[in-house]
Amino acid sequence: MKTKNTSQRARTVIAAAALALMSSLAQAEFSDNVVKIGVLTDMSGAYSDLAGPGAVLAANMAVEDFIAKEKPAFKIEIVSADHQDKGDIAANKAREWFDRDKVDVVTELVNSSTALAVIKVAKEKNRIALVTGAGSSRITNEDCNDVTVHWAYDTYATGNGTGKAVVKQGGKTWYFLTADYAFGQSLEKDTTAVVLANGGQVLGSVRHPFPSTDLSSYLLKAQASGAQVIGLANAGADTINAVKQASEFGITPAQKLAGLLMFITDINSLGLKATQGMYLTEGFYWDMNEETRAWSKRYFDKQKKMPTMVQAGLYSAITHYLEAVKAVNSDDTQKVMAQMKKTPINDFYAKGGKIREDGRMVHDMYLMQVKAPAESHYPWDFYTVRATIPGAEAYEPLSQSRCPLIKK
Amino acid sequence: MNRRALWMLLLIALGIAAPTLFYPVLLMKILCFAIFASAFNLLLGYTGLLSFGHAAFFGGAAYVAGYLIKDMALPPLVAILGGTLAAAFMGGLVGLLAIRRQGIYFAMITLAMAQMVYFVCLQLPQTGGEDGLQGVPRGSIVGLDLNNDLTLYYVILIFFIAVFALIYRTIHSPFGQILKAIRENEPRAISLGYDVARYKLLAFVLSSGLAGLAGALKVLVFKFATLTDAHWHTSGEVVLMTILGGIGTVFGPAVGATIIVTLESQLADKAGSLVTVIMGFIFVLCVLMFRKGIVGELLELLKGVRPH
Amino acid sequence: MISVLGMPLPALLSQLVLGLVNGSFYALLSLGLAVIFGMLNIINFAHGALYMMGAFAAWMLLTWFGVDYFGALLLSPLLVGALGLVIERTMLRRLYRIDHLYGLLLTFGLALIFEGLFRDQFGVSGETYEVPQVLTGAVNLGFMVLPKYRVWVVAVSLTVCFLTWFVIEKTRLGSYLRAATENPKLTQAFGVNVPRMVMLTYGFGAALAGLAGVMAAPIFQVSPLMGSNLIIVVFAVVVIGGMGSISGAIFTGLGLGVIEGMAKVFYPEASATVVFVIMAVVLILRPAGLFGRESS
Repeated sequence: MKTKNTSQRARTVIAAAALALMSSLAQAEFSDNVVKIGVLTDMSGAYSDLAGPGAVLAANMAVEDFIAKEKPAFKIEIVSADHQDKGDIAANKAREWFDRDKVDVVTELVNSSTALAVIKVAKEKNRIALVTGAGSSRITNEDCNDVTVHWAYDTYATGNGTGKAVVKQGGKTWYFLTADYAFGQSLEKDTTAVVLANGGQVLGSVRHPFPSTDLSSYLLKAQASGAQVIGLANAGADTINAVKQASEFGITPAQKLAGLLMFITDINSLGLKATQGMYLTEGFYWDMNEETRAWSKRYFDKQKKMPTMVQAGLYSAITHYLEAVKAVNSDDTQKVMAQMKKTPINDFYAKGGKIREDGRMVHDMYLMQVKAPAESHYPWDFYTVRATIPGAEAYEPLSQSRCPLIKK
Repeated sequence: MNRRALWMLLLIALGIAAPTLFYPVLLMKILCFAIFASAFNLLLGYTGLLSFGHAAFFGGAAYVAGYLIKDMALPPLVAILGGTLAAAFMGGLVGLLAIRRQGIYFAMITLAMAQMVYFVCLQLPQTGGEDGLQGVPRGSIVGLDLNNDLTLYYVILIFFIAVFALIYRTIHSPFGQILKAIRENEPRAISLGYDVARYKLLAFVLSSGLAGLAGALKVLVFKFATLTDAHWHTSGEVVLMTILGGIGTVFGPAVGATIIVTLESQLADKAGSLVTVIMGFIFVLCVLMFRKGIVGELLELLKGVRPH
Repeated sequence: MISVLGMPLPALLSQLVLGLVNGSFYALLSLGLAVIFGMLNIINFAHGALYMMGAFAAWMLLTWFGVDYFGALLLSPLLVGALGLVIERTMLRRLYRIDHLYGLLLTFGLALIFEGLFRDQFGVSGETYEVPQVLTGAVNLGFMVLPKYRVWVVAVSLTVCFLTWFVIEKTRLGSYLRAATENPKLTQAFGVNVPRMVMLTYGFGAALAGLAGVMAAPIFQVSPLMGSNLIIVVFAVVVIGGMGSISGAIFTGLGLGVIEGMAKVFYPEASATVVFVIMAVVLILRPAGLFGRESS
């Protein structure tokens, strides 16, 4: 056995030396001369409409536009994969991408379980993670790291925006219907804080498995509580089913539903009749101004659906990343991140956006209300913008941050 | 040196050289599942008991080991031991209840118990529910830093060889002979005076403990434990690996595990859900036509070819 | 407001009613499983996939052929039943001479194939299926508002369950079936075509699963994973009720739905496991199941 031990150790030493040599070679400008972008998303599951193939399209558009406008010296490649909303599949894929396929940045990551798992892998392998789809505020708090940017929104922003608005409207007593994983729990926690801070009361909550198609028994519990507002701390297909079934069981309109995270694709599925009057907080609306309309039309021509803030956000994030890469002329993680944090974001998605030390991309959010069918005059004319919530107000201030990177 | 030992050495050499050609993380996954399948085969192939809930031991041990490393900051060797013992203990409990019944009923009890373990894994705050136990550090064993994929690979290879040797010895021991006798004809074994229930229980505990070892090792490789590890789909997967490789053969399960894990990883990108279809096809084909599995059929072939 | 165990009565009753609705699905599915197990002595792991395909058949009939819900209610079970006939004839039949566990494994493999194919085509989130016009709207029961469609589900399930029980226990065809189960060789000697009975039985069980699928479509939506989520619970139901017992399957299915509903009121997280705890207890104390007869 002694022989095997020595030879095994020798092998490890040789392997270590080889690795050291290879990593020193990587100090040259670009790892293998290609900037590889990975889009890891939910292609066919509960969140595939709000992210999924649309996100991949947005990523492709970002790369094409960048190449056309900037004519960079380096090559850019996009790879994409379906993580099926499973943390282990996502983390394994990310690890494979980093180890084997030399992917430089992993993006999208809808579903907070996958995001939380992958940003750890990114930190371990020293690559960048740009999160657009996932919502949990833990990404820039307890689980923050210096290679991650949380781009589009988070549960604090949407819970706050919508929660505050509904409480002000008179919805004082709340009951939560929560998707039982990181995202739902985050959303419930953040919104509870808002409700209480604004003089409201939380009567209770019930957790449902993710994903769930039949939420009737949970909704009935919410109904039994007698709360004025039923907060839907879930998203995508779960929210859609909740709204449908609440109506079937006569729970609405006696009780109000608050969709704490809703996307334009949800409204499209449910229709204005079922959702009119609902408040929601989004980071992007295609019909806000000429710039957003122009970009969204290009997206719509290919996807036949209007973009959500996740998909539009991905375009913005990748463009900003590529611009940083060009500016520092390298795809080295630390250099690019420093450049990204230094540069403000001014595109159709955000004006005066800035990446904070905790990785949070702070930009304005919009409180919107769903139009009644009579008020809607053309397809996808769904929202009335009720208020613009400036970035500094929308996101949790650094003073309350639980991120270990923030020294107080 | 006899022929068998020569083959063994060749395989070990292959194992040592493998990471130069293939992605170490993939190889480690194969080794973990090879241990899992071999442990399962101890029960199915050599004792004749089909457990449809073995993922409970694999996944349960993964969570225990992960928790021990991450939340209690214990060294990986302790965690692996902890996971293995936890799985063996669970195996003892499940075995006690399940042994009383035969065939389909036995399988159903194991399934029911596994679902309960799954539920516990889902609900306990320590396990992280749907998100799973993430960010488990690898630590180091006897000074070797396991964060290096290559180092971890060789550590796991050593475990694999040890487990394999243990199973091999068990099968060829008097204990193993009695297990085979029970599989062939239980009433006769009873009439010969053997306490059949006790032997079955021992086999169950051994099998579940080793399955737990596989789970604990897997946590080190991927640095997390998730519900998938304890899901009944994983139970089905290990059955498939064992049947494909060859029930009741020594190398069968490892061969089956290698094929299935490799297939899954190669096809996942290109074929997506079709991977499940292919698995199903292999299952159906094996059950209908190749019940002896790859190694089993190969041995049959060789028996015919080699002059007696 | 009257309270029972700290829960207001309306809340309790409404969960019980919902539990009854779920129980109807359990009863219908476990009925099919029990019938198949009774005849063929295999646990049909493909049952969940057949249920799923019944739902998809309804969706496809509607989307591609414009056949409405009630048409699907008739056609879908026939289609799935036909598939069942093919499966039995071509594959299961070869396995009767060997260990019955291989039948279980075969059906498991089939389930993987079917689910994989549909998942590949339709993704995980699946398709929506609307409640048929005639059955929309709700009934006000006083303590809750119950959608008419759910009342319909309970009614149809109970009817089908009763009819099946009646046919098997009280008619001559049923007596042939039961005889073939007890003693196939003797029954064959009496001139009954046992292999054909077996094939038709599997087909019938599959058709029941398909029917359950059609009825589930407007409630649970049509998704490739709908069967696999449900099948494990249904196994537990059959085991608790007694593997070959028809009435056992029906009562246990309904009962378990109600118990699950109760659990959802008091300890929602446990509602998924209550079934398995009961199953373990029953297997230890009364291995043949609540209504079953011990068979060696």
